[in-house]
Amino acid sequence: MKNAITDALVITKRQLLQLARVPEVLIFSTIQPVMFVLLFRYVFGGSIATGQPGGYVQLLMPGIFVQTVAFTLAATASGLAEDMKKGLIDRFRSLPISRSALVVGRTLGDSLLNIVVLIVMAAAGYAVGWRPTSSHLSVLSAFIFLLMFGYALSWTGIFAGLAVRDARTVQNVSFLITFPMTFLSNAFAPTTGMPKALQYVAEWNPVSTMVAACRQLFGLENQFGATANSFPSQHPLTTSIIYMVVIMVIFIPLSVRKYKNSSN
Amino acid sequence: MKTVIADHLVKTYRKGEVKALDDLSLDVEEGTVLSVLGPNGAGKTTTVRILATLLKPDSGSASVAGIDVIKHPDKVREVIGLSGQYAAVDETLTGWDNLVMFGRLYHLGKTASIKRAEDLLERFSLTESARRPIKTYSGGMRRRLDLAASLIVQPRVLFLDEPTTGLDPRGRQEMWEVIQELVKGGVTLLLTTQYLEEADQLADEIAVIDHGKVIARGTSDALKKQVGGERLEITVETADLSKASEIVSRISGSAIHVDVRTISAPVLTGSIALMEALRALDEAKIHPLDIGLKRPSLDDVFLSLTGHTAEEVEAKA
Repeated sequence: MKNAITDALVITKRQLLQLARVPEVLIFSTIQPVMFVLLFRYVFGGSIATGQPGGYVQLLMPGIFVQTVAFTLAATASGLAEDMKKGLIDRFRSLPISRSALVVGRTLGDSLLNIVVLIVMAAAGYAVGWRPTSSHLSVLSAFIFLLMFGYALSWTGIFAGLAVRDARTVQNVSFLITFPMTFLSNAFAPTTGMPKALQYVAEWNPVSTMVAACRQLFGLENQFGATANSFPSQHPLTTSIIYMVVIMVIFIPLSVRKYKNSSN
Repeated sequence: MKTVIADHLVKTYRKGEVKALDDLSLDVEEGTVLSVLGPNGAGKTTTVRILATLLKPDSGSASVAGIDVIKHPDKVREVIGLSGQYAAVDETLTGWDNLVMFGRLYHLGKTASIKRAEDLLERFSLTESARRPIKTYSGGMRRRLDLAASLIVQPRVLFLDEPTTGLDPRGRQEMWEVIQELVKGGVTLLLTTQYLEEADQLADEIAVIDHGKVIARGTSDALKKQVGGERLEITVETADLSKASEIVSRISGSAIHVDVRTISAPVLTGSIALMEALRALDEAKIHPLDIGLKRPSLDDVFLSLTGHTAEEVEAKA
């Protein structure tokens, strides 16, 4: 057990070293969300009316935080697919290390990357007028919540990377899934403008429940979500936690099994 | 003592459609080098992957250093080193980073990992480039680093899967020297290759495999003897090819092999056959571009065992 943890940490350290050796990766993975913050804030911010004090940026920031942690799963998946292709996974599998070390280590590394990215984004948000009104503790728990969501999602990335095995393909596939998922939600605009059927999808979308939960924790009313009196819009925190648990219960065993059998 | 044993291994892919291993058995005596020789797709990599615990066979059994590969893969992983066909190191990291990381994964302490990494870098003449990312390395340097990574804990058994495929002649020569050094140190080595010259250079014993089966095994000399003595080899202008082929065929009495403008066939009578061939060619007014007797090479071994050369199969694959 002790070895399992230290092995995983060695893998995490490898990922941090990669970031240190190729700093471009870290720079681009923070520039993109900051660009989103600026674009949405100044392109849509003026035309989307909110009754919220402080304006659109208050509602926008939780949406962009969730989107950003959701997008990291593509990086998880493509990184792992690349390791598979290069034969690095075979080398790891021929070592006397715990079977779960490689995948666990990678999910931890992704979480660390998420911390950095979230800090940069929070700073960018603050610069363009984002001001959470809740207590420090609530704000902190919102960020912890976001990290947990990112952690749960990185397991789907692990599974996708092991299953698809081609970095470019898996990156495109992940993007094709996460992009509509983050837009078919309450993250950037009210769901009330969508066709009725889509409204239900949007309400049950984990992205929406996460965004709604974060808005709550940042001290906002969740204006963009509550169209129907559905369970997820009434209890965004609980629903989000259920989603995270479900994702992990399904994808952790699947990924570990896939990894063990990855060359059969 | 047999340090590596593969016993009647069968492995099929795509629900039995593709038979990668078809009842393959081999073994390696402790402290010796066995070269598994065969063309692409013969089953070399599959064999190595099973022995290195990466793959489970459909049936059959295998053991490494007396440990059952299927029942106790974890124990096997503690005594083996594997260096594959593709350099399996992290290319964004430096050579030093990689070796220290692998040291840590073998549960050497931090200082021991660093010490070991530095020793290995020194030994494989990589100290100067230790702090550069692997992606700036030449093919030969990459392979050496990959090999170094498989030697972190001084494995009892080392598997090298096509260690020189894709290297230029100089890289190959360097790799051979490194491997020969290792062998002197007493490691048991199973090496796969599609280069007959490589097997000849490095191995104590050679197992020739084709279509997932061992079709011959023995020392290089024994295999050469199995093919029979010398070969008559004649190169002629394309226009004379068919006539010359007839002559060679008649003198040899066995199957001939034609490669572009060169005809070859085994002969039992040595220089007498050579003179006979010269006379016959002269009568037919054919002037050979080149003519001679050749000692059999492993290429010829492969040809006589399988009916095709290693390269022919590769070209088809």
